[in-house]
Amino acid sequence: MEQATGGYRGVWRRLRRNPIGMIGLTMLVTAIVVALLAPWLSPYDPNAVSRVTIMDVYQPPSPEHWLGADDAGRDVLTNFLYGARVSLTVGFFASFIAVAIGGLLGLTAGFLGGRTEGVLMRFTDIMLVIPDLPLAVVIVALTKPSLTNIILVIGLLGWTSTARLVRAQTLSVKQRKFVLRARAIGAGNRYIMRRHIFPLVLPLLVVNTVLVISLAILNESTLSFLGLGDPATLSWGQMLNYAFTRGAMSAGAWWALIPPGFGIVWVVLACTLLGQGLEQALNPRLLTHHLAADRTLTALRRLPPDPAPSSEGIT
Amino acid sequence: MHRSTYLVSKLAWAAFTILFVIVLNFFLFRILPGDPARAGVRDPRLTAEAQTAIRERFGLDKPVINCFASLNPLEPGDCAVNPLDTQFFIYAGNLLRGEFGISYHTNRPVVEVLGERLWNTLLLIGAGQILAIVLGMALGILAAWKAHTPVDYGALGFSLLAWSLPTFWLGIILLFWGSAYLGLPVGGKYTPGIDYANSWEQFADLARHLILPSLTYTIVFLGEYMLIMRSSLVDVLAEDYILTAKAKGLNHFQILKDHALKNAMLPMVTIIALNLGFTVAGAVQIESVFSWPGLGGAIYEAVNRRDYPMLQGAFLLLAVSVIIANLIAELLYSYLDPRVGRVNQS
Repeated sequence: MEQATGGYRGVWRRLRRNPIGMIGLTMLVTAIVVALLAPWLSPYDPNAVSRVTIMDVYQPPSPEHWLGADDAGRDVLTNFLYGARVSLTVGFFASFIAVAIGGLLGLTAGFLGGRTEGVLMRFTDIMLVIPDLPLAVVIVALTKPSLTNIILVIGLLGWTSTARLVRAQTLSVKQRKFVLRARAIGAGNRYIMRRHIFPLVLPLLVVNTVLVISLAILNESTLSFLGLGDPATLSWGQMLNYAFTRGAMSAGAWWALIPPGFGIVWVVLACTLLGQGLEQALNPRLLTHHLAADRTLTALRRLPPDPAPSSEGIT
Repeated sequence: MHRSTYLVSKLAWAAFTILFVIVLNFFLFRILPGDPARAGVRDPRLTAEAQTAIRERFGLDKPVINCFASLNPLEPGDCAVNPLDTQFFIYAGNLLRGEFGISYHTNRPVVEVLGERLWNTLLLIGAGQILAIVLGMALGILAAWKAHTPVDYGALGFSLLAWSLPTFWLGIILLFWGSAYLGLPVGGKYTPGIDYANSWEQFADLARHLILPSLTYTIVFLGEYMLIMRSSLVDVLAEDYILTAKAKGLNHFQILKDHALKNAMLPMVTIIALNLGFTVAGAVQIESVFSWPGLGGAIYEAVNRRDYPMLQGAFLLLAVSVIIANLIAELLYSYLDPRVGRVNQS
């Protein structure tokens, strides 16, 4: 990725004109607003003590329960709205940990080079090869499944791709003339890192963070679905776990299965689209190819640049 | 770097990574609460003799490891102990002899259970991945060729959506739909309690059970393969030699087949290799939803039954399989692209 051109104002201007990025941003902001306003939007209090009879279990959608009731006779819409809080919290905190570790390791490795780089990148390679999800399952299963543990595990295992990306970017920035010049006039390592390298790595880090959030949310929902969620909170993954293991399939209770999954897809898609949009806004180079030119010249002029993500972004 | 040196260094690296996983696997289960061997000893249903037998088998009366590393800071390791006579090396020795412990749930050796399940996982992953790779490449080529047309945007939209779907949820939805409307089986590998008249019938039953899980697999990975194929082909198509080929009067099919695809294939191989971790994550989710008797399903069952020896064994086997598959992919890559391994890797 090239250096951000035109500063952050320029990036925002280009993002605003990027339909994909704006759709993603709008979707993400909607999800955050819904999560914040959950107590006001929810028709019921999720913690209220309620008397449940057999008739309330898996009640189909009705005017009282817009999205029906779950295996314990609770309102699915209420759980869904509050679930947004859990999923987003895990997503933001876990990705913050992951990006901080990955960014620090990548910067250090790329900037210092030599033996430090060798050791750090070798370690990254090892962690990259070990399958994340089974390892996370093992660690959460052996410790107490709590929200904090899930955040820590996802964050501590999710930094590898960030580290590699940041290292690559640092390596390329390090070769730039102004860095060499700063060094020639006697600037120290920390100064160069802070003033010259970090600002140029930051845009990439932002795009990466957005994508890591989506991965973290997917991982949280998977862990919760596998039965490793925090029993004290109800995330979307856990709603699916309860519905799946407690007979929603045989009861035909689609209303207990569709909304939580829809929420996960919504947030993950929002982050992915926003990531794509940001990437294009930061790297505005129009890709054309020679086979397209003769048939779609007019279309090419109207349409935004190549929306394909980089391979690093998606893995 | 010489080619054989390259191969040797890759092999050595894979061996080191496997060693790292073994060490990690040992310490995770000993440090964190829920140590499989200890939990077995503490079980009050066991007779005194059985407890002693377990203790001896796993060397639990021995120190975890000698003074190189101590798990308990208050109780530093004893350097006088022969390092080979410690729990860690007993564990490593047991692994070498194929002894992974005994499943709490089935009371059978873990290695026996996992051995059966490995093949089921390979069958499922194989079916799903082959479909995903073939379809993903075809769609990716189509999308790149028709770049910036409705075909392209449709394919991109689909792959973004497919990527955002949680695998297990897609599985649940397909299971819901397939079992209710298509009459497909809800899970497992075979219909229980059936005597097959011939092996053809048995195969048909297996295939019916395989449809939904492998379809889930295909949808999840199809989008990503399509995206990668598309973006790498779009990059290649922007190269000047494609313009040259066009100026020579070659048609689109010839250009794609002879000039563009070969160069666009390399990123695909990388992605398939990098994806192996995700493949395993997909296996855990899909096998859990469809009760498919594979390694991923073993992890799910072990977690819910607190069957720690099973969990430890399944994790180790999964991790080692991924490392080995990764090694194969890297060697394949160096074969496909002769430049790799010739120059010094930075």
